Parts: sequence; structure tokens; C-alpha cells
Amino acid sequence: MPGVDKYLILKNQPLDKDLYEMEFLAPNLVPTCEPGQFIHLLPSSTLDPLLRRPISLYDVDRKKETITLLYKVVGKGTMLMTNVESNDYVDIMGPLGNNFTLKADQNVVLVGGGVGVAPLVYLARRLKEIDCKVTLLHGAENQNQLIKARVEQIGASYKPATMDGSYGYEGFITDLLLEEIDPRDIDFIYTCGPELMMSEVVSFANRNNISGQLSLEEHMACGIGACLGCVRRLRSSDTNYVKVCKDGPVFNFNDIDI
Amino acid sequence: MSNEPDLQVNLGGLLLDNPITVASGTFGYGREYEDYIDIAQLGAVIITGTTLEPRAGNPPPRITETASGMLNAIGLENPGVKVFLSDHLPYLKNKNVTVIANIAGNTVEEYARLAALMENSTGIGAIELNISCPNVEKGGLQFGTSPKMVQDVVKAVRNETSLPIIPKLSPNVSDIVEIAVAAEEAGAHALSMINTLMGMAIDIDLQKPVLGNVFGGLSGPAIKPVALRMIYQVYQVVDIPILGGGGIMNYKDAIEFFLVGARAIAIGTANFVHPMITQEILAGIKGYLLEKETSLSELVGKAVK
Repeated sequence: MPGVDKYLILKNQPLDKDLYEMEFLAPNLVPTCEPGQFIHLLPSSTLDPLLRRPISLYDVDRKKETITLLYKVVGKGTMLMTNVESNDYVDIMGPLGNNFTLKADQNVVLVGGGVGVAPLVYLARRLKEIDCKVTLLHGAENQNQLIKARVEQIGASYKPATMDGSYGYEGFITDLLLEEIDPRDIDFIYTCGPELMMSEVVSFANRNNISGQLSLEEHMACGIGACLGCVRRLRSSDTNYVKVCKDGPVFNFNDIDI
Repeated sequence: MSNEPDLQVNLGGLLLDNPITVASGTFGYGREYEDYIDIAQLGAVIITGTTLEPRAGNPPPRITETASGMLNAIGLENPGVKVFLSDHLPYLKNKNVTVIANIAGNTVEEYARLAALMENSTGIGAIELNISCPNVEKGGLQFGTSPKMVQDVVKAVRNETSLPIIPKLSPNVSDIVEIAVAAEEAGAHALSMINTLMGMAIDIDLQKPVLGNVFGGLSGPAIKPVALRMIYQVYQVVDIPILGGGGIMNYKDAIEFFLVGARAIAIGTANFVHPMITQEILAGIKGYLLEKETSLSELVGKAVK
């Protein structure tokens, strides 16, 4: 059952300039968290900024009963989030939105670009639990932004690419996908990141007749389908809009032109 | 004597258990919030603006945050009156919610037809006339900026229904008092004010407007001073009750609205930030009335000279 409450922050630390991991204690939320969902976090108790910020579930630790977020500083709200310290309480709503579809015993590839890798990490954890073979491709600016230890602890294979070549493949994660992944080995693809990147992943999937799901990002107000602010057309031929917060944020490759 | 303050309000013939309503367009059809609050505890739910035919709404981006506020240009996305009556009204009736139907037409005749459909459905307590939506090309704002047009719409709707009629006034006019007086003369039972203030935002990287619709309606705490001022002015010249709103975020804001003359209040943007805010505001109002040893009716208009 989603709700709104204040949660105890255990950790809020930068991995790199403008990229942070925030962990909070949430015994009541942890059992309900599905990969692909997001929480809606209030970055300030003053009126400016006014709205909550939707942030993906990045990792969930059922033993510690914690949820971890990975967020990038992009504006006033996320900048204020960096000021939160351990033992502070933060106002959080959720988890909200739909989730990735999970199928057991599959060979799956996850492609994450930048902070868009976040929902794929908890997804990888859950897929490993149902005996999937999981390969996570992660494109980042530099080696500081990589999350090798976390992904390998999950038991997934981690293939990073960095733009500056400081670690792993040098260049775009989509080039790594084309060069190193044999499409014949893949049952399903999941992706999240910049839309240009996701568009190339979807093309790769379509060329090779592989199904998949992606997660979209949008500015949101309510997060629960009331304000109709975060809509988009999935196909250019559609007349109606879907709500990213409630109908998504996860959509099937087949249902969207990207 | 009970210690509970009397919170019942007569809004132009519609009896509300308490003065708290939720503004049209911020609360869907109520069910969006059912995981968070008991919507039957609200004075009334004002439903999303409803049109004769379904409307897809405006192209995104539809919202953007501004200093202590937000701009929206939803464009009256709704499934149309038929779907409201068949799918959403039964749910609200079943929950025992007092419903105020917000209607928007492209023409005076469309307002009349919508009102007739509402009149013939049980479970609707009043009609709010959306004559002030800044985000649609036809209808909406054009009806709310001319006293003559406001009167035409109110009169046409009055011919079709005995339900209380509550025009929602636009702040995007040079003289809101003139519009309010015109609405009252035409037979409006109450006034809802204010709708959003028209504004815009620019993306300096793309060097173009942020919103797909270019202009949007500003809401949130940024507009509260404007709303208070307008209600203060209108309260002095009309006898019908005012449903006041504009940036109410907590009970103290709500009290300010009562003091300038609002009989009931509408919570809007705050629902997006705190989905349980209405019940917190209601509790705060009760506490204030007890502390000040006063009643809601004594508060209304008390700060108006």
C-alpha cells in the first residue's frame, strides 16, 4: 500500500560530482517495492521548490530493510537533496508506478545510460533471484560513476563503458552492445537512460526480433495520475496520451515509437 | 455543548459538511486519492473539467515548476461527459461524496447541454462553470473575461438546471469585480475564485517556451496574495457566497481566505505535494476555531473593512 511518510536517512554520499547514492530505512515499503517503480521525494519543506521529485528504486535490501536511490543533480530540487545528512528524515511517497515484467530462467541484457542505470540494478537483483542470466551494460562519463561492486555482488555480469575511457569500453554503451553482445543469446532486453540511447537499443531489439521494456523519465507533479502533467504519446499516430506516472514508467518496446 | 466546532457551510444552496473542497483538475475524479485519504470526509470533490466530447488535451510538456508554484497547460484532457456519468459518478455516489461537476463548453449551448445532463443525473450537488481555463483555444477563458458572456452562460445554464451554479472566475481580467457582479445578476448561486493566472516559462538551452502550449496557468503559493486580494474586493460587492482558493498550502492559509470573505475553500496544487493535506487543513481549522473561541461563520469576511 503506497503512503506518505518521513523516512530515516542512513547514507547520502556522492559517487562522483553530481551523482549521489541515498539510502533510507523503510521497513514498511521494502516488501512492496517492485523493480521499475519510483518514489516521490520532497526535497524541501519550504515552498520553493514546491513539488516532489520522482526517483527510481535503485536497490532494495530486504535484510537491512532499506531502499537506495541513485540520483543526479540536475536542478534546485536534486541540489537540495545533496544537503540531506545521515539521521535526517525525508518526506517520501510511494512506491509508485508500474513495474518491469519478470520472467524466470531467461537470458537477459540490461542497458543503462548514465543515472538511467538506477532501476536496472534492482531489476538485476530480482532477475537473479529467479535464475535469469543477467548482463548489465552501463554507460557512464567516467570510472567514478561505475557501480561494479554492487552489480557483481548481485551476481550479474557487469560491462561498463566510459566516455573518457577511464575504465572499460571507451565510448557509447550502444556501441558496446553492438560489438559485444550476440543477439542470438538474448531472450529479453530492458533499458533506461537518455531517449536517444534507448532508441538505439530498441532498434537493435527490433532488428533481432527480441522483446523488451524501457522506462521513461518525465517531470511530474502528483505522481498518482491526477494532474495529467506527465503525459506522452507512445506512438506518433496515437490520439490519446498515457500518463508516465501511472500507466508507466515502464512500457513495452512494441507499444512505443522511440 | 459539544466541543466540536460547527463546520457546515451553505454554498449557494449546496450544504457541505465542512468548508474544504478540492479544486477541479487537481483531484481527478477522487479515486486517484483513495489510497491516501477518505474522500467522503471532504466538503466536496470538484471533478476534473468535463466537456461534451472527449478531449485529448495539450501536447507535452504540460507542466513546469516555478518559484513557489507551477505552470500547467493540460488543456482539459478528459474522457467526456458520458464516461464521467457512466464510469466515475457511480463510484463517487457509492462513496457518498458530495460532487461538484465542473463543466466546460465551446459554446453557450454546450454549457447548457452539459448542465442538462448533470441535472438529469443523481449524485451531483452543484455545477461549477469553467469559464476561465486559460489553456484551451475555444471556450474557457473567452467566456470568463466579458461580463456579457458570463451572463449568457449563467442564464443558459440556469434554464437547464435547478442545481446551484458556481461560475469559476478568472483572475486574467482587468476588473474581477465587474465580472463577479455580472455573474450574480445573472443568477449565479456562488462564485468560485480564482482560477490560475496566465503565465509562461522559457527554456534558455532550447531558447523557446517550456510548455507545449506556450502559455500555462500559474498555481500554488505564488498566487495566494492575488487570490486574497480579489476575494477581498468581490466579497464587498456580492451577496452570494465565495468558494475561495489559490495557493492554499496549510490551515493558516485557509484561515486567511475565510477572513477575506471565502465561505468555503478549494485546495488545489497542494494535493500534488501532500495527498493528505486536506485532512490536515481541516484539523488545523478546527484547532484554530477552538483556540480562538470563534466559529467559522464569524470568521468569514472579518478582515474586510
